[in-house]
Amino acid sequence: MKKNIIISITFCVILSSFRLTTQPPVKASMLRGKKVYESICIACHQADGQGVQRMNPTLVKTKWVLGNKSSLIKIVLNGLKGGEIEIDGDEFHNPMPPLAAQLSDQQIADVLTYVRNSFGNKAIAVTPLEVKAARGVAKPVSVKQVKKPGKT
Amino acid sequence: MYKLKFFTVLFCCTLTITFTVFSNDSTKTMKVNRSADSGLVLPAGFSSGKIVSDLGRARHIVIAANGDVFVKLEKLKDGKGIYRLHDSNGDGTADQVTGFGDYTGTGIAIKNGYLYASSDSEVFRYKLNEATGVVDEASVEKIITGLWDKKQHSSKSIALDNEGNIYLNIGMPANVCQVEDRVKGSPGRNPCPLLDSAGGIWQFKADQLNQSYAQGVRYATGLRNVVGLAWNNEVNELYLMQHGRDMLFQFYPEMFNEKEGAENPAEEMYRIKKGADCGFPYCYFDNGKKQKLLNPEYGGDRVKTGPCDSKEKSIFQFPGHLAPNALLFYTGTKFPEKYRNGAFIAFHGSWNRSPQPQAGYFVVFLPFKNGMPSGTWEIFANGFAGANINRAQYRPCGLAQAPDGSLYVSDDNNGTVWRINYNGQ
Repeated sequence: MKKNIIISITFCVILSSFRLTTQPPVKASMLRGKKVYESICIACHQADGQGVQRMNPTLVKTKWVLGNKSSLIKIVLNGLKGGEIEIDGDEFHNPMPPLAAQLSDQQIADVLTYVRNSFGNKAIAVTPLEVKAARGVAKPVSVKQVKKPGKT
Repeated sequence: MYKLKFFTVLFCCTLTITFTVFSNDSTKTMKVNRSADSGLVLPAGFSSGKIVSDLGRARHIVIAANGDVFVKLEKLKDGKGIYRLHDSNGDGTADQVTGFGDYTGTGIAIKNGYLYASSDSEVFRYKLNEATGVVDEASVEKIITGLWDKKQHSSKSIALDNEGNIYLNIGMPANVCQVEDRVKGSPGRNPCPLLDSAGGIWQFKADQLNQSYAQGVRYATGLRNVVGLAWNNEVNELYLMQHGRDMLFQFYPEMFNEKEGAENPAEEMYRIKKGADCGFPYCYFDNGKKQKLLNPEYGGDRVKTGPCDSKEKSIFQFPGHLAPNALLFYTGTKFPEKYRNGAFIAFHGSWNRSPQPQAGYFVVFLPFKNGMPSGTWEIFANGFAGANINRAQYRPCGLAQAPDGSLYVSDDNNGTVWRINYNGQ
């Protein structure tokens, strides 16, 4: 009996440690990420994440979203030129604006965690530290540095 | 005991779901079958049928005197970018579908025995036997070359007048000519340098080879992007539909609430004379204020008009973001009298209305008298979007009038072409 208990406890410990490594992204980060998505990303990528044909790429089950986290973070930081990426033989004509100046490390981590785990996607979370690391090598962009529109 | 109950409930749920899914499936299949017959919602007396499906990105269409339909594709299908649809037995479906041309694009037109077709940077023409629909592929000539193709708004629509000229749109490769395109807070460039080579209508000779900017005339400027372009033979002038700017709500929520951002700016219709300046990127038409105002990137506040008072005025304004992709003046006698010389406009449908529901995805009729709108618009053909307006099934893109007076509509989501006919009295 005792042996059995020990075995099952050991089993549970192993199981829970397993769960630790594959645990779902932090709920709070997902919730914050949803807010960022709905205030900034939704206009182009749409509520279902599927984007707009030939204009704004889908975020659903593509290597751009589910693949290398650092590349994905850099897209959000630096933006993309129109036509720069291709999915299933299709180009997307609208540029993606750089968001390095507009969003914090936490916000970028949150929204990418949200995008990587919504619309049928499933991938490990993005952390603010990873965003910070990518920022180190990202080109600096600051909208605030651009002078405000003059009177016409 | 509880476990047993739980599994019973689970089993029942599964059964219910299974049955629901299956019964839904059969309903869906029935609906699809019904829509295969016509699919479109039309005014009384009109009917429609699909003449072809699955061509892919069917952009603009044109019809030869013998009734053959030519379709320009934005993505090659089996390596071909232009398709000829021939209905040899008159049953209302194309039984001979043949492709040629190895380039993608949007524009296609027929004039004086030639078929004209555009890529996103060039225009070609072929000798066409209008009585048989046969195209002499070897006769291909490149008449225009080297136009800007910078991805955004790169499609080239074409129209021909009766004096040997061809007109085409060169869209501005930007949302509003900002220092940083589509970046919130980035100001507008003044003057906008993009206007030298884009953001307008260019005129070329229809029969000269290898023309580019140096040989062309900038016929009209201050136009963001035009996909629907037509020469009106009744008054001998060019008409066009401008696609208005994006992101008013997202960039200026202090000026435009969610709904105002969805409704603004207007999608404008212009009647163009040589030299017209329609005001873009400095100006936009505010559907709420009913006037042309200064764009916020240039210091606009929904009150200031800046230079916009003196710019060319549009002759009609539609709700925002509907994306007018084709314009056709109906000259047939098959449809009732009210349609004569009026305009049909194919609206591709919106994307920049979110989080509001998207809109458009229909063909509109606007009545005309003496070359000017004489009433308000109405939806002529609807039902393209299907069940989910935010993920449309079909997107209307091209319009053509057949010799028998019927109207053809193309869709660039699936590559469907419908024929709309009038059977009423």
